[in-house]
Amino acid sequence: MEYRTVRTICTYCGTGCGVLLEVMDGKVVGVLPQKDHPVNEGKLCIKGWNAHEFIYADGRLTKPLIRKNDKLEEATWDEALEYVAKRFLELKEKNGPDSLGCFSSAKCTNEENYLLQKIFRAVIGTNNVDHCARL
Amino acid sequence: MENLKKNIKNMLESGEIAGFLGIIEEEGHPIPFLFTSEHPEKLDEMVVPDLRYPMTDILLTIVRQYPDKPIGVMVRGCDDRALVELVKNQRILPELVRPIGVACTKEMAEYCRCNQPFPREVHYGEKVEGVKDRSDLEAVERKPLDERLDYWMDQFSKCIKCYGCRNICSMCFCEQCTLEDETLVMTGQAPPEIPIFHLIRAFHMAGRCIDCGLCEEACPSHIPLRSLYRKVREEMADYLGYVTGQDEYEKDPLEFLGSEGYEIPTKIDET
Repeated sequence: MEYRTVRTICTYCGTGCGVLLEVMDGKVVGVLPQKDHPVNEGKLCIKGWNAHEFIYADGRLTKPLIRKNDKLEEATWDEALEYVAKRFLELKEKNGPDSLGCFSSAKCTNEENYLLQKIFRAVIGTNNVDHCARL
Repeated sequence: MENLKKNIKNMLESGEIAGFLGIIEEEGHPIPFLFTSEHPEKLDEMVVPDLRYPMTDILLTIVRQYPDKPIGVMVRGCDDRALVELVKNQRILPELVRPIGVACTKEMAEYCRCNQPFPREVHYGEKVEGVKDRSDLEAVERKPLDERLDYWMDQFSKCIKCYGCRNICSMCFCEQCTLEDETLVMTGQAPPEIPIFHLIRAFHMAGRCIDCGLCEEACPSHIPLRSLYRKVREEMADYLGYVTGQDEYEKDPLEFLGSEGYEIPTKIDET
């Protein structure tokens, strides 16, 4: 019998509210707002209160998938990233850098967002940098 | 504090309790934790902080998984009132819950406007007198009736329907919540329909609300919910002589009012 709370940040939007994930015997069963967090001070929005629900949701992607022969097949992270890098370079060569673009997210950290735009602007050479809200 | 930790350690080691639900300090942050005899050293990091988490809510989560184990729990005055009500509503068995009572400081009692800042049995802290402060209710009562509706509609219009008040409430343990019933409340959209959303909650708090104030603390829009529920609690006391959280063996109004109808004393005619 094990119950503990784990401090983390809600994954839903850029506000970054402090949440406590309630973990019962190794499984996440609920959420409590972190009372002393400077951002939310013990309050949450409806998404925050249900931030744990997607963890065990059906149909959640748990492994990288690559489309081979018209079918999505499981792959390793290395395989998937190699494939992405290879195709990016091929497409840039064939159709120019502006044929590629990226969508980043408020759920990512500032550092992750910086890295993504840096790769697209400096390495690929395009300013097609956009945001998930436009999807 | 050292004595308290030692007593809890003994209770765990002797098997008197299978676990103790308290607060642990992690990197300066006090968070809820279930101490067990498997890791007695964790008790060194136990704290009694000035901020409050809904301990009885968490107790119910644990009891649902382990209904046969005796569990100790740190309780303040408000948590203890919740325990009384949970026993009455048959959510916990009193013989399987060992409350370790913590008395609140004068500052906490004043911050919470608490009229009973201590549990039935105090194992830590010094009891202070309750605070009798109706100023939040008086502020509303001073307004003439037509202004009052405008005031409340104004407050309710701030609601973002986060369900925080319901989620954090120690007394909201219903498996099916009216606030999520499609036939009564519009689901799938925000903001909620006002004033019905908040009035449903206020009326459901009759005979339930233990006046802990966690709802107001959880509301991101700073709606003065607690004064609504305190008013309802007062009416219950005035009309039916019933105060929540006092006596485990007292029948709650839904039981003693019965199914044959009940004549409300004439006091209701005075507005």
